[in-house]
Amino acid sequence: MLSRREFAQVAASTVGLLGLGSMRALAQQKLTQADLLNFKSVGNVTLVHVTDIHAQLLPIYFREPSENYGVGADKGQPPHITGKDYLAHFGIPAGSPNAYALTCDGFENLARTYGKIGGLDRAATVIKAIRAERGDKVLLLDGGDTLQGSWGSLQSKGQDMLDCMALLKPDAMTAHWEFTYGEARVKDIVKNLAYPFLAMNVHDAQWGDPIFKPQVMLERGGVKIAILGQAFPFCPIAHPRYMMADWSFGIHEAGVQKQVDAARKAGAGLVVLLSHNGYDVDKKLAGRVKGLDVVLTGHTHDSMPSVQKVGKTLMIATGSSGKFVSRLDLDVQNGEIKSFAFKLIPMFADVIAPDAEMAAKIAEVRKPYVEKLTTVLGTTESLLYRRGNFNGTMDDLICQALLEERDAEIALSPGFRWGTSLISGQNITFEDIANETAITYPACYRNTMSGAQLKGVLEDVADNLFNPDPYYQQGGDMVRVGGLGYTIDISKPMGGRISNMEILKTGKPIDAAATYTIAGWASVQKGVQGPAVWDVVAAHLQKHKNVKLAPNRSVKVLGI
Amino acid sequence: MSQNLSRRSALKAGAFGVGAAVLPTLSAFAAPDTVAQTNAAMKKYTGGKVPMKGKIKLDLPQIAENGNTVPMGVSVDSPMTPASYVKEVRVFVSKNPLPIAVTFLFTPESGAAKASTHIRLAATQDVIAVAKMSDGTFYSDTKNCKVTIGGCGG
Repeated sequence: MLSRREFAQVAASTVGLLGLGSMRALAQQKLTQADLLNFKSVGNVTLVHVTDIHAQLLPIYFREPSENYGVGADKGQPPHITGKDYLAHFGIPAGSPNAYALTCDGFENLARTYGKIGGLDRAATVIKAIRAERGDKVLLLDGGDTLQGSWGSLQSKGQDMLDCMALLKPDAMTAHWEFTYGEARVKDIVKNLAYPFLAMNVHDAQWGDPIFKPQVMLERGGVKIAILGQAFPFCPIAHPRYMMADWSFGIHEAGVQKQVDAARKAGAGLVVLLSHNGYDVDKKLAGRVKGLDVVLTGHTHDSMPSVQKVGKTLMIATGSSGKFVSRLDLDVQNGEIKSFAFKLIPMFADVIAPDAEMAAKIAEVRKPYVEKLTTVLGTTESLLYRRGNFNGTMDDLICQALLEERDAEIALSPGFRWGTSLISGQNITFEDIANETAITYPACYRNTMSGAQLKGVLEDVADNLFNPDPYYQQGGDMVRVGGLGYTIDISKPMGGRISNMEILKTGKPIDAAATYTIAGWASVQKGVQGPAVWDVVAAHLQKHKNVKLAPNRSVKVLGI
Repeated sequence: MSQNLSRRSALKAGAFGVGAAVLPTLSAFAAPDTVAQTNAAMKKYTGGKVPMKGKIKLDLPQIAENGNTVPMGVSVDSPMTPASYVKEVRVFVSKNPLPIAVTFLFTPESGAAKASTHIRLAATQDVIAVAKMSDGTFYSDTKNCKVTIGGCGG
């Protein structure tokens, strides 16, 4: 097995000899669509899971995190392992296709070797192949965050994705960012959806009545399968509350148990939780709720190459951005899983043939925006990525734009887990910027905060990420900062994690009583005024067409 | 604060959810003596008796979706007969400006000692429900409710 460095050297010398195109051709010769689809089928049920596609219709680059820390009981446990540790844990050879798809290890080299991943037309090919093989045994389940994350989805309020997903014919979905299109639009979506929208944990805020269907019973392969839907539990906290003012969310563990019991009573032979809780929340939930056979988890964008078990419950995590389709075969007899087989299938875009029908639909829904989307704003000499607990280079670019365009001392940018990557040498298009910023509350604010308030913000967001009780974890990454350095001890309780805050430019410590000018976006407050963040970034790129970013060392992380 | 700003268009911006009232760590909104004030109010209510655990159950979300209106409920296990009933449930809060959030009064005719309402929480804090029984004993249940400024969902 080649080490990363050896692989890089081999790759470099091969590139030297053959040129990039041939190198890719070599790698792709080894990998075939048949390999990716190869599966030793088992039993009478096949669950196919997609989640957190974030409206990525086309193949993309997406660098998995190098920082993904766990706290409390989850410290060092999957998915809180990255890079080489991840490869070692799952026995994945460095430099292999799975190493590229699942980790940050050697990302840029491997991206050049293996190309982009994803594309809903590739997913369609794979899903059609599974259906062709398994017939009436198959359920396709969508974990949500499907309708948001691109310019087209923002402009059409998710309709572009709905039109494409309709061709895939999922059997059920749940949701998260879908709610940021507002209650009226969500109701409209649900009304016109050919498959159920499940969210047992959403209630009328005043009276507690359920808003959506909690579950659906479907028969596949002779097994009655209950699909329970759990939407993201913290929508009104993580997003502007006014967008879903009449609805209350939450985890509602007792409510989940009630639904499981009701499903069993109604004769379910298999109970599946289609969840947008996030990995650690689902892990805790699966350990406390009795009778969940399978949890299809989403939200935290973790991708797991094997089934993780919590007691008897099987947990599947299918990553994000359209990179993967999960296939779980089950042999279900008398209400019990006797055996199973699993594969997390990466959508290598140069290997899997696009499905013609879906490709045509994608072209159709992109058509109104394609000119704007393909507008080149600049180029990058650096790898640009977001995913990770702390600042990614893409966020550094956004923070730089906020600081300069908004004339601020400090920039704050949200720690979303979606947002695609660009490798060095690529053009930066408007679409690329929209892939990082396409939200319904994009206004850039500019105001002042005291040092104490600023610390309050950092402590608050850090507790949403590093609270040792998963039921307090909201699943975003840490708020990104520009112009500011700090130390964080993730093992400390709230209020004690953040220290050594300083203005990077001067090295001056942040004074709790002093006032600082802050620029940021994605405020959850109502009535925020300011330009949309994509326009701010585009204006910045007009002035700095060539992006080159040094590694960001402004955040020191302790307690890991 | 606006005289520091050079751009008028941004003056009213609300920042990263930074309305002062919802910032849990702001000292002005979590004055250190509120806990002492709450303890004093509880002591006055119980006449110095330490409430026992059990019998009373306080329902409160772990995290408030809206600190201005947090759903809460109390229920007390009691036969509710003239010989043995719950007289009162008082709900104390540790970091609001005022220590008592709500008081529920019961009689044997109430049938059950159960009530719910919405309360306002200025910050992350303990909420303590204390039941006064007809025999003069007290029972309490405590829950912590987190009031956050809102993170950035993935």
